[in-house]
Amino acid sequence: MLKITGLSKHFGSFVAVNQVSFEVEQGEILGLIGPNGSGKSTIFNVVAGLYKPTAGSILFQGKEIGGLPAHQICHLGIGRTFQIPRPFSKLSILENVVAAAFFGSSPRPGAKAARDRALEVLSLVGLDSVADDSIDVLGAAGLKKLELAKALATQPKLLLADEPLGGLDAEEMVQAADLLARIREEMGITIVWVEHIMGVLMRVVDRVVVLDHGEKIFEGSPAACVQDPQVTECYLGHAHGARREAVPTASH
Amino acid sequence: MKRNLLFLLGVVVITAVLLLIGVPVYTMHILVQVLLWGAICSGWTLLGRFGITSMGHGAFVGIGAYGVVLLWNHLGITPWLGVPIAAAAAMLLAFAVGYPCFKLRVVGRNFSLVTMAMAVVVQLTIIAARDVTGGSLGLTPKAQTSAPLLALQFPNKNVAFLFALGFWLVVLWVMTRLNASMTSLSLAASAEQEDAAEAIGINVAREKLKVLLLSAAVTAVGGALLGQYLMYINPETLSGSPVSLQILYASIAGGMYTVLGPTIGSGLTLALTESLRVLFGTRFIGAANTIYGLMLILFVIFMPQGIWGTILSKLQGRTSRRARSLL
Repeated sequence: MLKITGLSKHFGSFVAVNQVSFEVEQGEILGLIGPNGSGKSTIFNVVAGLYKPTAGSILFQGKEIGGLPAHQICHLGIGRTFQIPRPFSKLSILENVVAAAFFGSSPRPGAKAARDRALEVLSLVGLDSVADDSIDVLGAAGLKKLELAKALATQPKLLLADEPLGGLDAEEMVQAADLLARIREEMGITIVWVEHIMGVLMRVVDRVVVLDHGEKIFEGSPAACVQDPQVTECYLGHAHGARREAVPTASH
Repeated sequence: MKRNLLFLLGVVVITAVLLLIGVPVYTMHILVQVLLWGAICSGWTLLGRFGITSMGHGAFVGIGAYGVVLLWNHLGITPWLGVPIAAAAAMLLAFAVGYPCFKLRVVGRNFSLVTMAMAVVVQLTIIAARDVTGGSLGLTPKAQTSAPLLALQFPNKNVAFLFALGFWLVVLWVMTRLNASMTSLSLAASAEQEDAAEAIGINVAREKLKVLLLSAAVTAVGGALLGQYLMYINPETLSGSPVSLQILYASIAGGMYTVLGPTIGSGLTLALTESLRVLFGTRFIGAANTIYGLMLILFVIFMPQGIWGTILSKLQGRTSRRARSLL
């Protein structure tokens, strides 16, 4: 569904993403993990059209989308959430989602259809009871849900979820992870899920891609991932230095 | 909808009463100007209320006023055609300035500065082309005495009033339509979170450009009617920075988040200018601008919703920044 080949993104002389390639299969949940600063969010922002790629190709359903403006990528069927929620604070919760439902898909629905779709999505994420309130009533978990609702209202085929668990407590994390699983089951939406903590994510994802310092260091099943010496090293640091010799192709 | 009809009925009744009892010519003269400036300021708020602060709408007023008079005086093209041509010219300038600004995300004070420069360029161009425009001395449309309406001229103040009122009502209607539209939702969203707005599929540059073009057209038509009514146009009073700032003062003072605020603000600024003129004559020339400046500072700090906005929010116990009702 999504095929990333040799993707690089430089900011001046800083190489945020270096020659990364991976594919996302239709219908899967792919976990994209790595420590802070490993380039996960940068890859997201390049795929979603916020940044232009420095090199490489991004094929979505066979069409090259690298460098297209963000609104066009949205119309092609890629929805995204932001790591730090970006609600429209002057609009009500419902209006936030109505805007996404109306502008997000092409061709555009009517105003009435957009409103209906927004209400539907709000009830899916569990915000229907506060639909007409201002976004001030939402806490961290509520803002994450609104972020997800906006992305879903654009009717994506592929959802890019940027740290949907960030800032949530243990119980909220489980709920959010269940919600992502339900979105895949019930709406058939393929998901790429970025997170820097592994915990809950590992129980839900089908495959994992691990990044470190802008490079891909692992791709495979969650079970194999936690066994991989390079992955454990980048997460646990050089305390596991003894294992380092067993990895001749260390990336740094 | 019901409130809008009630409002319209009220306007019709007041107009009928005013025309029947016969208002003094001077009062009529002020009313016409309040309505035209009110419409111009309302045109400015179409964009201004979303934090896109143009400090150059004087350019559109100037293009409207000069476009119509130049076409009439030099080419004999009737203002009935001149008005749409001038409005199109203003939209063309708005596009030339707005497209690169919005594509390159020139926002906030940078957009204000770009538009301010635009107004200065238009004003200086008018002054420089003095052979055609009369330079800083200004220009008078050739009078059409036999059938003034054919040349959109208003020797009769009552006729001028009806024209101004009609135009003003159309602008208010455009304003309420825009407020209730998805375009308004998209601009309110992108005013603070442009990336997030793009991410949900909003083509932010295009939505902004749409409203800028509409705003430029409204302002240009207002400028054209004002020139036709006053029968004298001058680069100081109908184009350039002073006019741009005057539009800003009136809109902010009246309340740019409400539908009637810009008109109320125009009424206040005109009342101020006129009373200073009557009280002090020419001894105190330029005082109005000083007072405007002081007013603007006070309003921005203490009453950012403007007079009408503050009254409404007190009455309704709300502080909506996107007023949706006609009031």
